[in-house]
Amino acid sequence: MAIVEIRGVDKTYQQGKVFVHALKNIDLVIEKGSFAALAGPSGSGKTTLLNIIGGLDAPDHGEVRVNGNTYRDMTQTQMAELRLHRIGFVFQAYNLIPVLSAVENVEYVMQLQGAAKKERRERAMAILDEVGLSGKYHNRPAELSGGQQQRVAVARAIVSDPAIVLADEPTANLDSKTGEGLLQIMQKMNADKAVTFIFSTHDNMVMAYASRLIQIQDGEFANGASVE
Amino acid sequence: MDITIAWRNIWRNPRRTVIIMIAVVIGIWSMIFLSAFMRGMVVDMIENGIAKLTGDVKIYAEGFRSDPALENRIKQPEALVARVKETLPDSAKLATRVRVNAIAQNARHSAGVALAGIDPEMEAGVSFIGDGVDTGKMIAAADSTGIVVGQALLDKFETKIGHKLVLMTENSANDIASKAFRIRGVYRAKLESTEKRFLFVSKAAAQEMLDIGTDISEISVMLTSHDRAGPVAETIAANIDTTAYSVQPWQRLLPMLQAYIGIFDGFIILWYIVVFAAMGFGIINTTLMAVFERMREFGLLKALGMRPWRILRQVLIESGFILVIGAAVGNALALSMVYLIGLYGIDLSALAAGFEYAGMSSIIYPEVFLGDVVLANLVVICLGLVVSAYPAFKAARIMPVEAMRYT
Repeated sequence: MAIVEIRGVDKTYQQGKVFVHALKNIDLVIEKGSFAALAGPSGSGKTTLLNIIGGLDAPDHGEVRVNGNTYRDMTQTQMAELRLHRIGFVFQAYNLIPVLSAVENVEYVMQLQGAAKKERRERAMAILDEVGLSGKYHNRPAELSGGQQQRVAVARAIVSDPAIVLADEPTANLDSKTGEGLLQIMQKMNADKAVTFIFSTHDNMVMAYASRLIQIQDGEFANGASVE
Repeated sequence: MDITIAWRNIWRNPRRTVIIMIAVVIGIWSMIFLSAFMRGMVVDMIENGIAKLTGDVKIYAEGFRSDPALENRIKQPEALVARVKETLPDSAKLATRVRVNAIAQNARHSAGVALAGIDPEMEAGVSFIGDGVDTGKMIAAADSTGIVVGQALLDKFETKIGHKLVLMTENSANDIASKAFRIRGVYRAKLESTEKRFLFVSKAAAQEMLDIGTDISEISVMLTSHDRAGPVAETIAANIDTTAYSVQPWQRLLPMLQAYIGIFDGFIILWYIVVFAAMGFGIINTTLMAVFERMREFGLLKALGMRPWRILRQVLIESGFILVIGAAVGNALALSMVYLIGLYGIDLSALAAGFEYAGMSSIIYPEVFLGDVVLANLVVICLGLVVSAYPAFKAARIMPVEAMRYT
C-alpha cells in the first residue's frame, strides 16, 4: 500500500539571481513500512523532495499524496494538522528547541496534540529510554552531544506514532559510529512500529541500511525514469 | 508548556530583556509619577480655590455674581437656609456669610480687602478659616469689635495683635460705613494673596456695620467629595426659587480652575503619547530582533505542526511577560516615590510667585488617581502587545521551509 505518491512534481526556486530547477517532473511511489533512502550528491534535490513530501514546501506543478491526503486540496491549517499527527521530521542540524530539556522537547509535540501532562511525560521518557537516553531526560540540547541531540530528534519524530518519518541527512553531522547507532535505532523503530522512514543521504554506509534506495541527481531520478 | 517556553525564551538574551524591561519601567514610572505630580497640582488648586470661601456649591441672590453690591444680598435668609439644609446630604456642611469689598487702614497703610462676616462655628469644615487662627484667638460669634487678619496683611500693615484696624465700606443706605476693629488673631493660608485679601469679623458685627439686619451675602456648602458639587447644586436649584437665587457648583464659580484642569489633562495625555511612542519603537525593534533570531526555530515549530496562531500567541506571551514585569516594577517604583515624596511634598518655592498666580501652593504633594494608574498600565501593556503583534505575525506567516533557511 502506497504511503507516498508523487506525480509530475516540478520545483524551481531562486537563489540570488539564479533559478535552480530543483525537481524535474518527478514521479515517485513509496510503500508503507519502507526504510527508504534518497541518495544523491549535494544539490541533487533530495532536501527539496523531502520538504515537498512533508508539506513544508509546495511544488510548482504536480500532485503530492501522503497517507491518503492530497496536498493540493488542503489548507495550511490542515497541513499543520497532518504534520502534527502523521509526519515526523528529523533534520540534519537536529533543530531541537534550545530552552527545553530533552524530555520537554519530546513532550512538546504531544502537547501540541493536546495530550495530558502525565501521559506525555511518561511516553516521552519511554521513547527516550528506547533511543538510549535514559539518564539525559533533563539535559538541555546544549548539554548533549550531537549524536544524543539527534537521538532526541528521532524520539521527538516518532513519539506521536506518525505514519511516516522524514529525515534529512540525519547522520551528516555525526561521526560514523554514532551515525550507525542512530540508523540502528531508526531501523528498530521501522521494524517494531511499522513506521515508514524516508531519509536523504550521500553516505554509502547509510545507503547500506536502506531497504530501498532511490538515486537522485540534478532533480531527476538517476536512471532518468520514474520510480514506481 | 507555552508559558515555560516563553519564560525561558525571554531569558535567552538577558541583557536585551533587561534593557526593554528598563524602558517599560521608565515609561510606566514617568507616566504615573508625572500624572501624580500634575494631579497634585490640580488637587492643590482645587482645594485652594474651594477653601478660599468658595465652597463646593454657593447660593447667591440673583445678580450678585455680576454685581456683588450690597443691594444684591439674600434678604431674610432663614427660610432659604432651612430649605437648602433639607436638600443637602447628611455629611454636607453649610455656612452663611456677609461679604463686601472694603478698605482697611491703619495709621500707616491702607489696602482694598474682602471683608467676610462669618459665624466661626459654621465655618468649621467649610472654609480655611474654620481651621482657626495661627496666633492670637478666633473671633466669637457675638464679638462686635474683633477682627482676624492674614499674616501677610499684618506684615504689610506693620501692625500686631491687639492693634486697631479701621474698615470702611458702603452700607445698605449707600452711605459710608466705617468701624474700628481690634485684631484678635492672625491666620495663615497656603497662598499669600489669600492672607492679604481676606479679613474676618463676626457675621453680627458685619450685619450691624452694614445695617442689613439678618441679611447675608451668600450660603456656602461643602461636600465630602468635590465631584458631587454638580448634582448637589442641581438638587438645591430644584428646591428653591431660582428666579430669586442662583446656585452654582465650584466648577462654574472657578472657570479658570476648570480650564487649568483641562490643560493638565491634555498634558497628561500628551505625555502618555510621547512616552508610548518612544517605548513602542523600542518594543517593536527588540521583538523583531528576537523573532528574526529565532526564525529558524519558528520554522521548526511549524514543521512539527504548530499552527500559525500558536506562534503568534507564543511571541505575544513573551512580550506580555516583559511588559507585565516591567509594568509591575514601574508601578512599585512610581507609587513608592509618590508615597515618599508625599511625606514632605515637592518644594517649588523658587517658582512660588508664578505658581501662586495660578492658585497653587509652593509645596506640591503628588496625588495618585487610580484611573491614571490603570490608564498608564493599559496603555503600556495593551499597546505594547499590539506593537509586538507585528513581528509575531511575521513569524506566524512565514513558510516553514523559508524560516528554516534562516541562519
